[in-house]
Amino acid sequence: MKFELLSQLIINGLVVGTLYGVVAMCFVLIYKSTRVVNFAQGEFLLIGAWTCWAMLVKFELPFYVGFPLTLIFMVIFGILLQVLVLRPMIGEPIISVIMVTVGLSMFFQALVSWIFGGYTKAFPEVFSVKTVNIGGLQIESAYIMSLVVSVVIMIAFYFFFKYSRMGLAMRATAFDQQIAQSLGISVKHVFAAAWAISAVVSALAGVVIGMVNGVSSALSFIGIKVFPVVILGGLDSIVGAIVGGLLIGVLENLAEFVDSQWLHFGNMYDIAPFYALVIILMIKPYGLFGTKDIERI
Amino acid sequence: MASAHSRMRCGEFRTTYQADMTIFPTPLARRVAVVSVLLLLLAPLCLNAYFLNLMIQIGYYGIAALGLNIVVGFTGQISLGHAAFFGLGAFTSAWISNNSGIPVFFAIPLAGLLTMAVGLMVGIPAGRIKGLYLAIATLASQYILEDFFARADWFTGGSAGAMANPVSIFGYEMYTDQSYFYVVLFYVVIMFVAGANLMRSRDGRAFIAVRDHYLSAEIMGINLTKYRILSFGISSFYAGIGGALFGHYLGFVSVEGFTLLLSIQFLAMVIIGGLGSVMGAMMGTIFMVLLPEIMEFGVHLFGSNNTELIRALAFIKEMAIGLSIVLFLIFEPDGLAHRWKMIKNYWKLYPFSY
Repeated sequence: MKFELLSQLIINGLVVGTLYGVVAMCFVLIYKSTRVVNFAQGEFLLIGAWTCWAMLVKFELPFYVGFPLTLIFMVIFGILLQVLVLRPMIGEPIISVIMVTVGLSMFFQALVSWIFGGYTKAFPEVFSVKTVNIGGLQIESAYIMSLVVSVVIMIAFYFFFKYSRMGLAMRATAFDQQIAQSLGISVKHVFAAAWAISAVVSALAGVVIGMVNGVSSALSFIGIKVFPVVILGGLDSIVGAIVGGLLIGVLENLAEFVDSQWLHFGNMYDIAPFYALVIILMIKPYGLFGTKDIERI
Repeated sequence: MASAHSRMRCGEFRTTYQADMTIFPTPLARRVAVVSVLLLLLAPLCLNAYFLNLMIQIGYYGIAALGLNIVVGFTGQISLGHAAFFGLGAFTSAWISNNSGIPVFFAIPLAGLLTMAVGLMVGIPAGRIKGLYLAIATLASQYILEDFFARADWFTGGSAGAMANPVSIFGYEMYTDQSYFYVVLFYVVIMFVAGANLMRSRDGRAFIAVRDHYLSAEIMGINLTKYRILSFGISSFYAGIGGALFGHYLGFVSVEGFTLLLSIQFLAMVIIGGLGSVMGAMMGTIFMVLLPEIMEFGVHLFGSNNTELIRALAFIKEMAIGLSIVLFLIFEPDGLAHRWKMIKNYWKLYPFSY
């Protein structure tokens, strides 16, 4: 019984972990190419999920129309955010840049709760939800869908950065902005593209989570959970984001398991990643795959 | 010529180091400060409860905001966990006065010291990391402390919250706004004078050196770890005092009050007021306390019969805070204190102020 519960929790952890990995990848994408720490990452999920919900429920569009419209909306949203708010902040000290995204996060969270209310709302069923029996474990089909979506996104990221023109331009910009600019890459476009991609992919993750758990303000908390993930993986490593996501996903489920069996503290699921975060920062502040800053005078 | 010069001021010219290091830059500034404190002493006699309540709020939030400004504005270390220390101060003071028989008047500074001890502990990682990593570490400490509040029934009363006694001096209980105002004013004056003094001292200059260029500071012999941790400690002390005053004012401390949202509000106070300015912390606090009131006023003005708008008031207030952070950072990154300085300089050189 205990073993079954444990393996169930680990599977859950891996599924949630891949989603964390996807969101963390979006976070790393912005950090790597524009050096902005985005505290409003969770709001991308929130806005994406609510927009899709509104398209499907309020306007009663079919999924194959509403979902692409959501993605288009998120592209525009990401670009506007970058151009209007983040572009003036280039060259400002790190405190100001962090605080701008914190302010944005607060603004959008309040705006979304104003428009859509504070209650959890269910998505219309796009895929029929049932459980699938794999190796004696009951797994919800929604979980399998989210796993598939996450893996597809990750593979798409890989090919995008390896072969596409924009992906290569982004890597060049992340490596050195001035050299990239002198080679004819428009750094402005790269910045805008980074925000747009990050917004779209986060929204995608938001929609997936919304389908499984329902849409509510709690989605934005994933934007906070991303911090333990990226710190564990290394702030500027895409691979690190995925590995960190899986590790944190499993960790919080294991913490929940240990807590329910022996400790009985309660709330370990949400708090354990933060303890892990503090410990990682003390031992290995640049994470598993992050590059160490070397400062010269 | 000489007499004309003494009558017409055309700027501040300091010729000695002592003159540069005085706590008030000009004699006029000193007189204004003394007179405004004296005027504030009269405030409870002529203001109604609504304004007194706002001023008391400005008082305790202002103390905490000054603490945050010491760590963010003067030492350049970003902290996203200030509300947790504010809450810790409130709970500690309530707990001390309820459990040990120490009068509330002494429990408040004790709570400050205890919060400082915790702040020093949290500051230990801050000695090693900086900038963005520190922001994330303090974010974690915010959640960990919040979780602790919710869990530690013996300390905070758990979900029921903790009762806090009113301040009493010589058996005289200060449970009205009128009398409590003096308690808050007393602490505000002491803490702000201490804060301004700190910046004139060796430690204060070390903080500023760490902020401006930490590598150069280290080369000059400033112990980075020591000063980063120290600034965290001092900032938590201020947060603890502010929190204790908050707790004894409300008479009841609930575990839900000290969320990340409040931490962000403290940061907003510091940024809007002006990073690295003692009086800026106060200006920012005044702005942040008045902003929701103005929003409420505006909503009632434009839509007093619009229930939809009134229902949304809480969200509108939050949006206004978020928006004001963003707008200030884009258009006035040096904050209100900088704007005030510009206005003063304009009038100082009035007819030829270019």
